[in-house]
Amino acid sequence: MNKSNIDMKQCFRLLTAALVTSVATPLFAGEVSGKVKLDGTPPAPKMIPLDTDPTCKVLQLKPVPTRHYVVGADGGLANTFVYIKEVPGGKTYEAPADMPVLDQKGCMYEPYAMGVMVNQKFKIRNSDPLMHNVNAGVFNFAQTSQGQETIKSFAKAEVPVKFMCNVHPWMFSFMGVFEHPFFAVTDKDGSYKLPAGLPAGKYTMVAYHPKAGETTQEVTVGADDKKTADFTLKVK
Amino acid sequence: MNRSQSNPWLARYAVLTALATLGLICLGGLVTSHEAGLAVPDWPTTYGYNMFFFPISRWTGGVFYEHTHRLWASLVGLLTVALAVWLWLKESRPWLRWMGVLALFLVVAQGVLGGLRVVALKDEIGIFHGTLAQLFLVLLASIALWTSRWWREAAQEGGADYARLRKIFLMISALVLCQLALGATMRHQHAGLAISDFPLAHGRLWPATDPTAIAHYNQARNEVFALKDITAAQVWLQMAHRLLAVAIFCAIAWAARQTVKRLSPHHPLSRLALGWLALVTIQFALGAFTIWTNKSADIATLHVACGATTLVTGCLLGLMAHRRQEAPAVTPPLAGTRNALGPRPTQQPA
Repeated sequence: MNKSNIDMKQCFRLLTAALVTSVATPLFAGEVSGKVKLDGTPPAPKMIPLDTDPTCKVLQLKPVPTRHYVVGADGGLANTFVYIKEVPGGKTYEAPADMPVLDQKGCMYEPYAMGVMVNQKFKIRNSDPLMHNVNAGVFNFAQTSQGQETIKSFAKAEVPVKFMCNVHPWMFSFMGVFEHPFFAVTDKDGSYKLPAGLPAGKYTMVAYHPKAGETTQEVTVGADDKKTADFTLKVK
Repeated sequence: MNRSQSNPWLARYAVLTALATLGLICLGGLVTSHEAGLAVPDWPTTYGYNMFFFPISRWTGGVFYEHTHRLWASLVGLLTVALAVWLWLKESRPWLRWMGVLALFLVVAQGVLGGLRVVALKDEIGIFHGTLAQLFLVLLASIALWTSRWWREAAQEGGADYARLRKIFLMISALVLCQLALGATMRHQHAGLAISDFPLAHGRLWPATDPTAIAHYNQARNEVFALKDITAAQVWLQMAHRLLAVAIFCAIAWAARQTVKRLSPHHPLSRLALGWLALVTIQFALGAFTIWTNKSADIATLHVACGATTLVTGCLLGLMAHRRQEAPAVTPPLAGTRNALGPRPTQQPA
């Protein structure tokens, strides 16, 4: 009986804390969203020679192009890391419990660009019926069978970490590792939205694309601001 | 134990070992050209298998090049062990017996370095591995020369000319070794071509290397394979490789001319020196084609192989000039036979 009461009290406290957090965060913290555009005409993509491994060619029925520049109809640039350069509020952020997935599918990495926090665990999955090696510079391991998963994390912030498969050397992707949760990767239209809860303050925002390079801008976020910050990267 | 300097089968076996090593260097060139060095992430096992029992069905993509390189390296290791043992048992010259031991030490060191490159994930180890491979090949080729009939029967022909030629050959060979080390550094940084045009460099005689220019070069690259971004240091490295290539070409042309002038056009050393010039000419062209084909794996590998052969030729020329200069304890040719690679001795040993 006593144990049950304690459990009830704990549940009540947790629910109250969750409610306060969910209500208070949007009220006392800002949000930043926007779009990254590419100015200029990038080089045309090349077709990947999948026939180096016949199984890869079977898995990909259509020709697969390189993904250096994935540009939407209005110039929106996908696969760009947008993030706050400083650690907001100067505090330490705990890594979230959810585990994003970096998949190897059809002899390609999916997604091409993704972000995680320092010490956040993520899964590396092999969805292909063949073997890959996963080489991220600080580690290199084999995934020999379909459905195999490996859990990894990074102890230091770095943008970007390059993943590659040396069995199929056209396979590569990028991961951003951040000390805080205020980062995003642009979608196919070049749009992004940083997670809610950014403490009020003046920040340097960075838009980094593995090919188009980097640009920054200063953004001042008020207590309950909803800011728009657009970026333009140039093909030089 | 019956030891002698005359072991014709040992000499032939040494040639075989040297040729197998040249083949191994070619396979190493294919591994780096295909960016496949880390396709097998474990060592000494291969995907958890004993490497000799790794299923052939899994030799796909980059694994094919890396695994073949490992198997061929095992073969060269075995050949070298047998060479060292054979030398130790049958060779009468103690220093040459120790050269066999040195070869054995080097082949083991090479295997360990190759393995460490894989498990420690350090490009620097790969650079050292690639350069030491060239020295190992030189040693094996030298052992083949030292055990050859030519070496036994070579006679002194005249001190001053040979002394000078020996110095020239060996100094140029040292330059070639530096050039090969530069090449190994470029290959093992896994950044592809730092300069993608030739004879100009990024459209200029001397390329810009400021941060804006480097960012522009990286942006303009439209690579299919996973390559690292290039840096200013890599651009300078390729420029140094180009300049040294010109210097070596000129030096070898001059050395060939000196050899012909000091000996005679039909002298074996003159012929070999002219062959050396032909090799470096081919090597220069292969370097240009490596760039024009955007580092095509086959061309880049031929460039590696030809570079190794150029180094070996220079070193052998140096040793042969040394042999001609020094008064050897000549074993007279067998009755009815002729000195294989040179004129008859002009003076008999004391």
